Amino acid sequence: MPEAREAILSAVRTALKRSKGQGIPQPPALDLSFIDTPVADRIAFFRAAIEKLGGTVSEVPGIAEARGRAVELIGARSTVCSSAAIVADCGFAPPAGDLREACASADCGITSADYALADTGSLVLFSSATEPRMVSLLPPCHIAIVPESVLLTSLEELFVREAMPAERSSAMVIITGPSRSADIEMILVRGVHGPGEVHVIFVAGH
Amino acid sequence: MPDAYKQQIKDTVGDPRLQIAIYNNTGRLVENRKSVVSTEALPGYQGLRDQGHAIKKHTLDHLDHYLELAEKNITARGGKVVYARDSAEACEWIAQLAEKRGVKLLVKSKSMTTEEIELNHALEKRGVEAVETDLGEYILQLNDEKPYHIIAPALHKTRFDVADIFERKLGGAREVVPEKQTQIARRVLREKFLAAGIGVTGANFVVADSGAVVVVENEGNARITSSAPKIHIAVAGLEKLIPRAQDLAVFLKLLARSATGQPLSVYTSFLSPPKRSNEQDGPEEFYLLFLDNGRTRLLADEGKRESLYCIRCGACLNHCPVYRKIGGHSYPWVYSGPIGAIITPQFMGLAKDPWLPYASSLCGACAEVCPVKIDIPKHLLTLRHEVTEMRTREGQNRLEKLAFRLWSYAMRHPRLYESLGKLAAGAAPNPANEAWIKKLPSLLHRGPVAAWLSERDLPPSPAKSFREQWRERQERRHNA
Amino acid sequence: MARRVSIFVTCVIDQMFPQVGLAMADVLERAGCEIDFREAQTCCGQPAFNTGYRDEARQVAKHFAAVFNDAETIVVPSGSCAAMIGHHFAELFDTGESPFHGRVFEFSQFLTDVLGVEDFGARCDAVATYHDSCHSLRELKIKSGPRKLLAQVRGLELREMDAVEECCGFGGTFSVKFANVSGAMARTKIDAIIKTGADTLISADSSCLMQMRGALSRAGSSVRTMHLAEVLASR
Repeated sequence: MPEAREAILSAVRTALKRSKGQGIPQPPALDLSFIDTPVADRIAFFRAAIEKLGGTVSEVPGIAEARGRAVELIGARSTVCSSAAIVADCGFAPPAGDLREACASADCGITSADYALADTGSLVLFSSATEPRMVSLLPPCHIAIVPESVLLTSLEELFVREAMPAERSSAMVIITGPSRSADIEMILVRGVHGPGEVHVIFVAGH
Repeated sequence: MPDAYKQQIKDTVGDPRLQIAIYNNTGRLVENRKSVVSTEALPGYQGLRDQGHAIKKHTLDHLDHYLELAEKNITARGGKVVYARDSAEACEWIAQLAEKRGVKLLVKSKSMTTEEIELNHALEKRGVEAVETDLGEYILQLNDEKPYHIIAPALHKTRFDVADIFERKLGGAREVVPEKQTQIARRVLREKFLAAGIGVTGANFVVADSGAVVVVENEGNARITSSAPKIHIAVAGLEKLIPRAQDLAVFLKLLARSATGQPLSVYTSFLSPPKRSNEQDGPEEFYLLFLDNGRTRLLADEGKRESLYCIRCGACLNHCPVYRKIGGHSYPWVYSGPIGAIITPQFMGLAKDPWLPYASSLCGACAEVCPVKIDIPKHLLTLRHEVTEMRTREGQNRLEKLAFRLWSYAMRHPRLYESLGKLAAGAAPNPANEAWIKKLPSLLHRGPVAAWLSERDLPPSPAKSFREQWRERQERRHNA
Repeated sequence: MARRVSIFVTCVIDQMFPQVGLAMADVLERAGCEIDFREAQTCCGQPAFNTGYRDEARQVAKHFAAVFNDAETIVVPSGSCAAMIGHHFAELFDTGESPFHGRVFEFSQFLTDVLGVEDFGARCDAVATYHDSCHSLRELKIKSGPRKLLAQVRGLELREMDAVEECCGFGGTFSVKFANVSGAMARTKIDAIIKTGADTLISADSSCLMQMRGALSRAGSSVRTMHLAEVLASR
C-alpha cells in the first residue's frame, strides 16, 4: 500500500512540523554500566534467580561430568539435540531426519547458550546453523549445557557485547526460566507452550 | 453516556463474585510489582523511568526518521514493511496475503494491536481461521469475548468458567484444575501451530537501528507463532519504535516489572526475520505492518503526545481504583483503564465516548506507577476541558454549563456566596438522614444531591458557617 | 514577632465543617502564628476545573488570586485545594508556575516542614487510623508528616489500614457522575478502616472525610471522622 505509506509519513511529518529528510539530534545517552562480579558470585546469583522460577542449575568441572549430569536429567526420556560444539562434545547428536518433527516429538531438547545472565537467571540463544529455534522451544524439557565463560552479569553487559544482535542472527531469544502462565485465576502453571522444565549445566574451564 | 455502559458498570459493581475476582487479581499484580521495584530490589528504578520517558520522547518527536530507518533496515534483510492507515486497510492487507499464499489457518500470539483492528473477525469473513494462542486469549476467543485487561486478558474468569467453556467448545471430560486445563490448551494449540501457514504477533518494540521487532511473553506461544509458520507478520502501532537495541536494557527492565512483577519475562524474542540462509528454522517471509489508526492525529497534539509513550504494561489498570470496580468490559474499546480513558478519545475522536475521561476520581495512582511517566491525570483533565468545549459548541450541556456559570458568579461575589450558603444550610434539616430528602420537592430527587444520597449519607449542616463563627470569635477577643 | 499566616479555609470547610477551620486556627496560634482570615475568600475553583469548565474555574481562581495576592504564607486545611492553588493554577493562568507556588501550604505540611513543630500538646483518647488523601500524597508528596504529628498526640493509638494509599472514591463531581462506582470505592475503603478496629478515622482533607463518613454512616458504623486539625486542637 504505497499510498498509505506516503500518507502516514506525511501525516507524521506534519504532526511533528518536520520536513522530509530533516536530521535529528542524538538519542538520549544510555547508562549501560554494570558491576563486574567474580564467576562464583555470578553462578550464585544465577542459581538464586532461576531456582525462584522453578529451574535448576548444576556446576560441573568438565565435559564428561556435563554429559553425566545431562544423562541423569534426561532419565528414560527421548531427546532432540542442537549441534552446538559443547553439546556435540558431550556426545549428543542432532536429529538425522526432519528437525521440526524431531522437536515436536522429543521429551527433552538439549542446547547450549551464547550467553547467560546472572542477575535474572536467563539464557541467551542466537538462532544459527548449529542452534535452531525449535530445540529449546517445542520439547517439554529444556537442558542447556553452557560454558561458564559466557555467564555475564546482566542485561546491560549483554547489550554492551551485542549492540546489534540482528547482525548475528534472525532471532535472539532471552529465556528466563520455564514457560509459564497465570492466566487462570492468577494460579501459576508451568509448561504452557514452551518447556515447563529448564535445567542449566555450567561447565567450568569452557 | 450510553445506557449499555451504564448497565455494564452497574452489573459489574453489583456482581460480588466478579468484584472479588477483579480486586484480588489486580491486587496480586500490584503486590508483585511492588516487590521488584522497591529501592532494595532495583535502586535505579526511578532513573530508569526517566530514561524510558526520555527515549520515548526522543523517538516520538522524530518519528518520521525512525520509521524510515526501521524500514530501511528491515528491507535490507529481506523483510517488508507495510503501512496501514486504519483497521480496514490492515485487515484487508493480511487477508489478501493469506489468499495469495493459499493460507487457511493463521495462528496469533497475544497482541493488543490486532485486537484493536479486530483482525480475527475480518479474517473469519474471508474464510481464514485465526487462532489465538495465548492461554487467556484462547479462552476468550472460544467464548467470543474481548480481553478484560491488557496483560491478563481472562482476569475475570474463574477456573470453573474455563471448565465450562472448554467442555462446551472442545468436548472431553470437564476439567477444573488450571494445570490440566493448560495441558488441554497446549495439545489443541500445538497442532494449530504446526499446521498454520502464517503467524501473527504484535511487537512490544520495533528497534530502528536493527530492523527488528521485540516480542515479550511468558508462555512461549509468541516464539512458536514467530518460528513455526513459513510467514511471520508483526503488527505494530507506529509508536512502538525505539532507536537502538541497547535501549532495551532500559525498557525490558521496566516492562516485566510493571506488568507482572517479574524481573524479566520468560521469553524476550529479538527478531529480524526472515531466517538467514545458514539458519535451520524460522520464517521464510517477514512483514512488519505499521498501523496508524488515529495515532498521527494524537501525535500532532504536543500537549498530549506522551500518551503514545505507553508500553502496554497494564500497571495503571491494576492500580486504578475505578478499573478495579468497573472492570475491563465497561470501557468502550480494547484499551481499558486509565490509559484507555486517555487514548480512546484521542484515537477515535472525542465525540465517540465523551464520558470516558470522567470515569476517574483523579487519584493519580496511575501516573505514580507508569513506567514511562505518562501524566495520565493531567491528560484526563485536558480531555475533560476539550469535552466541555465540544459539548458547549454543540449545545449538549446547557444545564451543566449554566450551573457552573452561576456557581462561578457566586464564588466571585463573597456576599452572594454567603447568602446562598445560609439558604442551602437552611434547606437541609438536621440531622441528615434519608427521610428528609423525600420531603423535598421532586426536582431534587434527581441531580447531584440525590446521586450522593443514593450511596452515602450527608453530614448535618452546621448552624453557622466558619466565617460567621470567625467574626464572633474575633469580636469576643476584641471585647475581652 | 509572630509569623503572619493567611488561612484559606476552603468552601467545604467554611460551609460544612466550620469546626475544622477553627481548630486549624487554634493550632496555628498555639504555634505562635498570627492568623489572617480574608473574608472575601470563597473557593479555589477546583470543582469547575476538574469537570472541564476552565473558563469558569479561571474566573474563580482570579478571584482567589486577587484576594490572596499579597499574602506571604497561605495555609490550607486540604491537600486537594492546596495542590489546585500551588500546581494547577499554572494551567489556568498559562504560566510555567502557579503564582502561589512556594507560598501555599497544606496544613500538616506547614506544621512539619515550615514551622518544624510536631508536638502541639494535644490529647485525644482514640484508636485511630489515618487516610492519605490522594492529592496530599501524590501531588504534594505528604506521607510521613501527618503520622509524625499524630505520634505526639497523647492518648492516641495509630493503626495503619490495608491499602492505605487507595482512593476513597470521592473525586469531586465523580462522586455524583459515577455515584455507584464512587460508593463501591468508599465501601472498599471503609472495610479496610473497620478492619483495623479503630474508633476514629483521621484525614487532612474534609471532602474525603465527607465521603467516608457518609459511607460509614450508611453502613451503620460507629467510627467517627476527624480532620487532623481537630485532633491536634484537642485537649
